[in-house]
Amino acid sequence: MAVEDCGKPCVGGMQKEEVVVVPCPTKVPLWPLLVLRGLALCATVSATLVMAFNKQTKTMVVALIGNTTITGSVTAKFQQTPAFVFFVTANAIATLHNMSLLLLRYFGDRFYLKGFGLLITISDMVMVALVSSGAAAAASIAELGKNGNSHARWNRICGRFNTFCDHTGGALIASFIAVGLLMALNALSTINLYKKQEPQY
Amino acid sequence: MEKGKKACTLLLGALRLMSMAATLSATIVTITSRERVIVFNFPMDAKYHYTPSLKFFAIANGIGSVYSLVVLFIPATKLRRLVVAFDVVITMLLTASASAALAVGHVARKGDSHAGWIPICGQVPKFCDHVMAALILGFCGVFIYMFLLLHAIHTFIKPILL
Repeated sequence: MAVEDCGKPCVGGMQKEEVVVVPCPTKVPLWPLLVLRGLALCATVSATLVMAFNKQTKTMVVALIGNTTITGSVTAKFQQTPAFVFFVTANAIATLHNMSLLLLRYFGDRFYLKGFGLLITISDMVMVALVSSGAAAAASIAELGKNGNSHARWNRICGRFNTFCDHTGGALIASFIAVGLLMALNALSTINLYKKQEPQY
Repeated sequence: MEKGKKACTLLLGALRLMSMAATLSATIVTITSRERVIVFNFPMDAKYHYTPSLKFFAIANGIGSVYSLVVLFIPATKLRRLVVAFDVVITMLLTASASAALAVGHVARKGDSHAGWIPICGQVPKFCDHVMAALILGFCGVFIYMFLLLHAIHTFIKPILL
């Protein structure tokens, strides 16, 4: 008897007309998946929002003419670096993905199609790759901003823009936590898929 | 059914060989990239290990190529499902390293006027082209790994295509 016949009563055991129900292999319970997805949603939301509102302006004296000082302001924003823009985009996409799957779980029972379990597992894998690559790109630029690169004569900027750097660091930590949670989620739903149970998402 | 399964295994082996080739060549091209120029009477040299992102890129591609080589010799038993899990992890590692190296490469080519970082590709053009070639190979490796992953899921976990 194959795994897909488990849970269904089949006629014809040892005696004729005996109804036998093959027990299913133990499946992964639902609540860890929901908890993990909720936590991953929180992590990606916080990473997106912290980075999106990341801005610091510093005014400095540029010139002195007579008795008046002329000040210029320099702004550090996340939009100035393509890596940070990618980071925000990737985390935003992951947020939407997690949110829509959580809503689907609660309100979308009539939308359930047969292939959904596999599709959700694959899209989870895609999300893991996307968020991790966004976090890696932002981390490399943040490391460059914090330590500079003496060989290329690139000065460190974290000394001047403290708050900007701290917020970037916080967003990066949230994103890395999200990657870990999404990987665990992916592993659990793959196990579920292999056991050929009703897909839980 | 027998022939189809054999074709599947052959395709998997061919994809793994290609992925090993791509990641190995990305590693080697990154490691051999160096250039020494004299700018305003100052010797300036560019090596891959001056940038942590390129170091990460080289190491990740090295791990990817060693993993491909090792997996080529695992027979198609139940162990293959664990291999699919490792495939996901290695693919993720490769995409992360490629995107980190690309971020630094973009700064090196275009500079960052807001941070005061001058583009260095004008001064070390050969190094820049070398690293660009390594990045292209790295991305090819990522795409091949992606197909490999989908094919492995189709063969060993659950058929994706109808």
